[in-house]
Amino acid sequence: MNPVSTPSAPVITHHAPHLQPGEGEPGTVRESHDHHELGFLRKYVFSLDHKIIGLQFLFSGLVFLVLGGLMAMAIRYQLAWPWTPMPGLSWMFPATGGAITPEFYTMLFTMHGTIMIFFVIIPLLTGAFGNFLIPLMIGAADMAFPKLNMFGYWAMWPAFVLILMGFFVEGGHAAGGWTSYPPLSTIESAAPGSLSGQTYWLMSLTWVGVSSMMGAVNYVTTIVKMRAPGMTLMRMPLSVWGLFIAAFLQLFALPVLTAASIMQLLDRVIDTGFFTPTNLIVNNLTPDSFAHGMPAAAAGGQPLLWQHLFWFYSHPAVYILVVPAMGFTSDILAVHARKPIFGYKPMVYSMAAIAGLGFIVWGHHMFTSGMNPALGMSFMVATIMIALPSAIKVFNWLGTLWGGRIRLNTPMLFAIGFVSMFIIGGLSGIWMAATPVDIYIHDTYIVVAHFHYVVFAGSMFAIFSAIYHWYPKMFGRVMNETLGKIHFVGTFIFTNCTFYMMHQLGVAGLMRRTADPYAYDVYAHLQPLNEFITLSAFCMFAWQIFFVVNFFHSLFWGYRVGRNPWQANSLEWDAPSPPGHGNFDGPLVVHRGPYEYSSPEVAEDYLPQTRAV
Amino acid sequence: MMRLIAFLLLIAVPILGVYTFVNAQEHNWWFPPAYSTFAPDIDWLFNFIMYMVAFTFIVTEVALAWFVWQYSAKRNDKGVFTHGSHKLEMIWTAIPAVALLVIAFTQMETFAKIKFASGFPTDGPYTREKPIAEVWASQFDWRFRYPGDDGVLGTVDDLESSFEFVVPVGVNVVFHLRARDVIHSWFVPEFRLKQDALPGHTIPVWFQATKEGSYDLVCAELCGWGHYKMAGRVRVVSAQEFDAYMAELKAKWFSNGKE
Ligand code: HEM
Ligand SMILES: [Cu+2]
Ligand SMILES: [Cu+2]
Repeated sequence: MNPVSTPSAPVITHHAPHLQPGEGEPGTVRESHDHHELGFLRKYVFSLDHKIIGLQFLFSGLVFLVLGGLMAMAIRYQLAWPWTPMPGLSWMFPATGGAITPEFYTMLFTMHGTIMIFFVIIPLLTGAFGNFLIPLMIGAADMAFPKLNMFGYWAMWPAFVLILMGFFVEGGHAAGGWTSYPPLSTIESAAPGSLSGQTYWLMSLTWVGVSSMMGAVNYVTTIVKMRAPGMTLMRMPLSVWGLFIAAFLQLFALPVLTAASIMQLLDRVIDTGFFTPTNLIVNNLTPDSFAHGMPAAAAGGQPLLWQHLFWFYSHPAVYILVVPAMGFTSDILAVHARKPIFGYKPMVYSMAAIAGLGFIVWGHHMFTSGMNPALGMSFMVATIMIALPSAIKVFNWLGTLWGGRIRLNTPMLFAIGFVSMFIIGGLSGIWMAATPVDIYIHDTYIVVAHFHYVVFAGSMFAIFSAIYHWYPKMFGRVMNETLGKIHFVGTFIFTNCTFYMMHQLGVAGLMRRTADPYAYDVYAHLQPLNEFITLSAFCMFAWQIFFVVNFFHSLFWGYRVGRNPWQANSLEWDAPSPPGHGNFDGPLVVHRGPYEYSSPEVAEDYLPQTRAV
Repeated sequence: MMRLIAFLLLIAVPILGVYTFVNAQEHNWWFPPAYSTFAPDIDWLFNFIMYMVAFTFIVTEVALAWFVWQYSAKRNDKGVFTHGSHKLEMIWTAIPAVALLVIAFTQMETFAKIKFASGFPTDGPYTREKPIAEVWASQFDWRFRYPGDDGVLGTVDDLESSFEFVVPVGVNVVFHLRARDVIHSWFVPEFRLKQDALPGHTIPVWFQATKEGSYDLVCAELCGWGHYKMAGRVRVVSAQEFDAYMAELKAKWFSNGKE
């Protein structure tokens, strides 16, 4: 029997018992509690409603995902068949007969990384799901500061505009890597992208920071102040914990990045020379003749200062990319395995430990930078120890699945995929944390493999999982399960084909960010492997059509579902699908934690947080 | 059906992972040969971590696949109702903690030997204070400045070469790494040695090559559009050949090099 009451609805949770009375009325799309109807502009554009703002972040994130993905395809094409005319792009390069230029290649990977991290993963996790889920999961009617929340989204628009404008300026967009190390990024004559693209890059990221900051303030306040009666901190779903901790990471780390970006901006426009050492000769130009980015002769700046400031933010930022994803995965595993999360408290503490330790490991990006090697030693120990809370989480996820009654719905498949892939990404971190080994593998494809396993196969899988899981709550309709499963199987296979083999490239010593590896004898034999990776990447990209079709098709033609299609416990499933303004029917009281699945207390295998027994 | 597919996908991960590893050497998807004194140490440490990691990888991936197969919703009863186990948490915190600390501490000696000032050779012909040469990185080439007869850098008898860095085999070689414009990175895969060249700084680097031959010198830090072609060579030669090379370089430098 299926829990979806519409006769034609598919069985999306097989073997589920009957619904509890009062839940899942056919096609429950509750009337909005609003007394006054808002106009289109107020309702969907300048909305104060956390759910709409979440969806705005979701849609803009997905648009940028396509852009970033296309760039990845161009990068892969070049690595497999360097300097051959690139289908679709060759018209831009008449001078080379259609082959992309090395300048263009450096811009591609710089902007691919920038867009994926700052315009896709962070906005999707914290912007889209943070906004949508936090009030619903803690039983609040909205965020603490709805106006600030709206500004948080609208602060992204200057960022969008600036980052896109950068592509059209003279010299092209920033080309110093997403890490933007000076002096390459600050001296105009050092790279075409440093002519003016870098300035747009810095201004854009500053706006992203403003947006994240407003979001983080809002999330923390909302979680601290607006929980429903009975919702103690230790009864919060792990998704909320993940978002809460990520917000703290933003609050403490982001000011450093903002300061550093502004310093770099000043270096570029008024020659402050924070990061530029004295007496450089760039492009046969001596300091006095540099157009900009470098004061005459005496700058006295420190390139390493940027690296410290950048990584002081960006290491915690990589945990911003994963801690919410860990939270979503935990929730989704418990719901679809029909089991309480294994070790709730260790899960919370390990997330907090990852975040805390995350502030003292940034130097692991700088083992070979020329930083004091003794410092490298202490960063190594801290970094290796950060694998411990990661391991604890993996064991607890396995514990959650053990003895469960696993329903392999699409969200569950992606969540299990996350666990499988995160194991690989977490483990490869240990090699790179080991300083002597990192002397060899730093800046090789092992690093590229590592962060794609944690960010793409990890965070992005969690985002897919979350979209499939909360889609019914967002739109009142469920996504197609068959298409979803096809999407999962192909994505899982091609992700591994693409990224697993990058470890081998890295062990063979291939360095990253190179437009043509075969210019070196040591790497010449790696071309066939690169071709394989490229073909896998193309297949993976093409396979996403199943997701796109499913997503848009289901918006209009997906089966309508009731409040709680997955038979889950947390509060959002108590609200109508989609929830109206104000979210819930009335005041709620929370009686227990969100993970009482298969409890002997009741006949069903789930026990919502609001139900009094 | 989905249960079977999911099981196969999940179990394929450790199986194909191990399979790739076993076949890696055959395809040359593995380390290039190790031709410096500390290269075998680094490889050993890499492998040491690999065996510990492989164990964890296989156990967790197999458990994941197995649980997905075993605990399917096909069973008509409820799942096991448990919120965790304090004992298990202690076990799986303590054991990895110890393993990780072991990994951390085994790394230290080699790192200290390669990068610490105290690890540098003090006997031999070349030391931190008296390097064999100054290596200059700039967009997009490598230059090498030997101190010449007086053994002092920055004097008129300095000798310069570009692209190819010639060093003697079996001798501890120390050089000073410098950058003229942006950050670059010295990387010779066969030596397992990487060090960024930092503008404004002079960074002493050492190695001892164990086999004569010519190796790619790779720039490993993004340095601009020409980063991919910032190639150099390190030619490792016998002591006699090295002396002959220096004499040749000197002759070339003072005859037509600069007037
Ligand atoms: C088990 C825990 C982890 C450890 C021990 C670890 C360790 C490291 C180390 C040492 C590096 C620097 C490698 C190098 O440049 O030579 C690195 C790079 C990186 N890590 Fe991790 N990591 C872990 C987890 C994660 C997670 C969870 C994420 C993100 C979701 C992540 C994202 C990244 C990224 C993006 C880079 C590359 C940055 C760049 O150079 O562009 N890591 N990791
Ligand atoms: Cu890091
Ligand atoms: Cu370079």
